[in-house]
Amino acid sequence: MAAQKLTLPLQEEIIEKLAIGDEVLLTGIMYGARDAAHKRMVETLQQGKGLPVALKGQTIYYVGPCPAKPGEIIGSAGPTTSGRMDAYAPTILDLGLKGMIGKGQRSPEVIASMQKNRAVYLGAVGGAGALLAQCIKKAEVVAYPELGPEALWRFQVEDFPVVVIIDAQGNNLYEEGPKVYERRR
Amino acid sequence: MREIRVEEIVEAVAQLCQEANYYLTSDVQKALQEALVKEESPQGKMALDCILANIQLARHRSMPLCQDTGMAVIFLEIGQEAILRGGIWEEAVNAGVRKGYQEGYLRKSVVKDPLLRENTGDNTPAVIHYQLVSGDRVKITVAPKGFGSENMSALKMLKPAQGVQGVKDFVLQVVKEAGPNPCPPMVIGVGLGGTMEKAAFLAKKALLRPLDQRNPRKDLAELEEDLLVRINDLGLGPQGLGGRVTALGLSIETYPTHIAGLPVAVNINCHVARHKEKIL
Repeated sequence: MAAQKLTLPLQEEIIEKLAIGDEVLLTGIMYGARDAAHKRMVETLQQGKGLPVALKGQTIYYVGPCPAKPGEIIGSAGPTTSGRMDAYAPTILDLGLKGMIGKGQRSPEVIASMQKNRAVYLGAVGGAGALLAQCIKKAEVVAYPELGPEALWRFQVEDFPVVVIIDAQGNNLYEEGPKVYERRR
Repeated sequence: MREIRVEEIVEAVAQLCQEANYYLTSDVQKALQEALVKEESPQGKMALDCILANIQLARHRSMPLCQDTGMAVIFLEIGQEAILRGGIWEEAVNAGVRKGYQEGYLRKSVVKDPLLRENTGDNTPAVIHYQLVSGDRVKITVAPKGFGSENMSALKMLKPAQGVQGVKDFVLQVVKEAGPNPCPPMVIGVGLGGTMEKAAFLAKKALLRPLDQRNPRKDLAELEEDLLVRINDLGLGPQGLGGRVTALGLSIETYPTHIAGLPVAVNINCHVARHKEKIL
């Protein structure tokens, strides 16, 4: 099946139609954050303060890029393991986050929160950092520059390739995919 | 005695850090190309296409294959007739890592303390394994280790009665639990025997062996092949999306152990199985 092209931020009616295994090319704005930025964001919210960026309707890419070489937009920028953000993700989803991009398993709590908040989890190819960096056309640190590679980023991406891993109905490709190919003894 | 200057070590380590992160070895590339032929799942093929394109791009642009340019694991085999002039080994190696990661635009991923978690800013210190060998040469192997896969590694002290079946069960359990997290297709290093830390070291060392080489001992070579088949039968596939190729290779290293023990360590690597070596 050919990949479908979608624009960011993701529209609610499109999210409802996305199903596990769908290949998607994303174009538009996404935010980049990993462990330390998530910790900061959730601490900020717990203090009753607002976040440096509005995440309602947005998509977060779990990434900590390499430094850009002179003249480059960004260094290698593949996905990091999403599970480390599980402790923070439900809080961010409750703010209206619609998409998460990463790789690896999510907790039952995150999946339940995704169903409640109608959000999707998209997988980018782990270890393809040079390739994925080519899809980032503009990159800027929007908050927490002191966190270095763990800062909060805003990316403008073009045809950024992902696969739907967990859809808004809670179906999980990591559960269903291997069942098809498992050989029992 | 043969003298080696600190600057030679610094330069060699710096260069190896960059080359290991930019250029994948030919055995891994070959295994990935073979995986693409074997793979039946459409998403699995798509992932392998991306991975192969990424290798070419990283090579042409001299940029890191993966943004997780790892904690630098360094194996030093130092000939007993070689003497370092102008400093000590540890500082020379760390100076090389500092230079390599800075000048190579590699990500600095090391924190000063496991609990306080402040970035050291230069990817030092490295994890250094020293071995004294005969002769006057020095072999440096740099193996940057990403933590997506490192985090899914595990060690268990089995009972001797559990034997080879216990080893198989544990390796399969670790791989199954790792699932999509370590960026399959994986490369797996297994360390058997010794003490707890020796088993872990052997598992790491096993990751350095070229994927097309089996353990010279026949029973261990067969165990490697059997485990690889069983792992691929799990159906995890590239990136855990479902598919035929879950692992590209598996190597076992062994060491004598205690009458009461059977330590097993499983060190998981992703498909970006990086290591580069140089003999000075």
